[in-house]
Amino acid sequence: MIEAFFMNISLMIILTGALVGCASTLVGTFLVLRGNSMLSDAISHSIIFGIVVVWLVTGAASGPMQIVGAAMTGVLTVFLTELLFSTRRVRYDAAIGLVFPVLFSVGVLLLNLYARDVHIDQHTVLLGEIGFVWLDTVVLLGYEIPQSLIAMFMMTMVNLLFVTLLYKELKITTFDPALAAALGFAPAVIFYALLFLTSATAVAAFDAVGAVLFVAFVTVPPSAAYLLTDRLWLMLVYGAVISIASSISGYHLAVVLDVSIGGMMAVMTGVFLALAFLFGPRYGVIARLHRQRSERQANALRTVAVHLYSHEDSADQKEENVARALETHLGWTARHARDVIAEGLTKDLIARRGNLLVLTPRGRAEARSILEPWRG
Amino acid sequence: MLALLGDYTIQTVAMGAALLGISSGVLGCFAVLRKQSLLGDTLSHAALPGICIGFLVAGSRDIGTILAGALVSGAVAALVVLVLTRMSRLKTDAALGIALSVSFAVGVVLLTYIQGGGNASQGGLDSFLFGQAAAILRSDLWIMGAVTAAALALVTLLWKEFKLVSFDPGFATSLGLPVVALEVTMTIMVALAVVVGLQMVGVVLMTAMIVAPAVAARQWTRSLGAMVVLAALFGIVAGVSGAVISATARGLSTGPLIVLAISVIVLVSLLLAPGRGLVWASLRRRRDRRSLAGRQVLSTLYGLAAEHGNQGYPTELGALDAFHGTPTRGTMQRLERRGLVAPVTHEPETTPHWELTPAGLSEARRIDDASRENS
Repeated sequence: MIEAFFMNISLMIILTGALVGCASTLVGTFLVLRGNSMLSDAISHSIIFGIVVVWLVTGAASGPMQIVGAAMTGVLTVFLTELLFSTRRVRYDAAIGLVFPVLFSVGVLLLNLYARDVHIDQHTVLLGEIGFVWLDTVVLLGYEIPQSLIAMFMMTMVNLLFVTLLYKELKITTFDPALAAALGFAPAVIFYALLFLTSATAVAAFDAVGAVLFVAFVTVPPSAAYLLTDRLWLMLVYGAVISIASSISGYHLAVVLDVSIGGMMAVMTGVFLALAFLFGPRYGVIARLHRQRSERQANALRTVAVHLYSHEDSADQKEENVARALETHLGWTARHARDVIAEGLTKDLIARRGNLLVLTPRGRAEARSILEPWRG
Repeated sequence: MLALLGDYTIQTVAMGAALLGISSGVLGCFAVLRKQSLLGDTLSHAALPGICIGFLVAGSRDIGTILAGALVSGAVAALVVLVLTRMSRLKTDAALGIALSVSFAVGVVLLTYIQGGGNASQGGLDSFLFGQAAAILRSDLWIMGAVTAAALALVTLLWKEFKLVSFDPGFATSLGLPVVALEVTMTIMVALAVVVGLQMVGVVLMTAMIVAPAVAARQWTRSLGAMVVLAALFGIVAGVSGAVISATARGLSTGPLIVLAISVIVLVSLLLAPGRGLVWASLRRRRDRRSLAGRQVLSTLYGLAAEHGNQGYPTELGALDAFHGTPTRGTMQRLERRGLVAPVTHEPETTPHWELTPAGLSEARRIDDASRENS
């Protein structure tokens, strides 16, 4: 039973993809909320340098040594970026754009020079290939398990532990760094710890999805989740769910179309983001347009109610409180006026008396509550 | 070396690199000044799906179609960033990250789709990832040159407008300039720069060529005109040196070499540019610190002399150290070289003592008067 589980190649691939997504989402959520999403791009590029250097020095192409060693490059990138920014000669975004290309370039050139015959080449660096994860397996408790799967599982656990243990600290440093500093939470330390874990996750995920696609897993699911909720813990949960869904759907689509599995998974995160952008319950485009429309309509009804109320039983009532006056006096188009009157009739705010428009008791109460709120 | 310059391939490569340097240098200036450095990153990654679509449309490695595809997909990515930031609660950085990674993912999917299709000429597409100078043909130069010329013509024609929108968009709006249209044009120009550089530098590192020449040039000048010219110059130097090294040394990717070349220029500029250079700034700071310490010590000596009614009052060095909370020996020696203080002995003590010289006394009086006027 368990053996069948680990022998199922497609399940292994989907699981690896889902773990990449979950581990990335856990750290990515905080990067997105802090407005530092593009640091993940810088980190994921410059870890190439770390990976190549650690590989040249120790000969380890994977494993904990590689992850910790290469992850330091990610932290170094951010440190150098902040250092460059602190000279006040360059803006922050330009500093990001200056530092990571250098480390990335050195990494690629080292690969050109020394690594023509090993399995990390330029291609893996950028694209990765999650479909081959089962080629590199280790035996654990008598089962052959893909190495990437183990690495990603460990990374997910570490990130989960980090987020759970430091949930309160992360929350306060993310949303109110000044208060966090005043309370003695050392926001800088927590920020760098977060960046270290982001780098480590990037290194662990590197075999599977490569440097650039990693950015998709870090930024896109948390961003989609951000469009769906205001609660931090829900954002983490939604992000994880979106990652898992992307992994499953991406795998199957990739197999059908015979294209890169990791690439398709990343594309699917984009599809889910588009869905959240359009159909999100509160911040989605459609919900927003709908809310705008109904608010505009409610406002039009209030205008009519006030208009009718202020001319009610006055000398010019015959002239003012008719459908025609809404066009001539309020400047509405005939169609808009007709729609508003129809809406007012169905909502029982106004009624017709011959040619005249009159307020129902409800409509009068509405107008009064606007004009004379003190009457209660 | 001369033989090298005579080589046909090298000539082609150098010309291509020069075009890259001009276009990315000039167009990058506006991106950097408008705080859109990272938009260049997004647009260059977003070129990948366009390259693949261009390849699929043309059915071969036809450079015109491929570059047109890259331009279109860059523009689409920029539009996505705009829509996400304007119409949702996502911030710019998230929108950039999303557009960058998702469009690159689409590119990867298309790339594998093309490779799966068994098209024999697909090998050429890989060179767009990291750039491969040697793959550039003479005919490609015409297209790159035309794009560069078009971009330069646009910059010349709309120079005043671009300048105003870059530095003060609010004022530009109040003058009735079509600011949105101009901003869109400038964004498309970044995509144009990316397109010109794709074959040289590749999609991944093109961002550095947008940002780096502009940042380097900014250190040397305060005028936009000079900055644009310098950026183009730096771009050419870096592009040509990187591309020529790559074309002569086998197996080194062109993009990284060009990026390292331009990064060296940035580093030198940051450190040594007159006025803004970090080296000069640190020297200036040191000089200021020393001159302040000198003036402080002189005032102390002057005060002690006044208090004791003795112009040549000998003050012990240890007392000065303690009073200023820092070792003052170096400061005293510098003052002595200027003839403002002189070492004296004060029997029976053996420790070093210092007194004001007549020149030192008048200098100290001047400092004292100046500080009195200021307070």
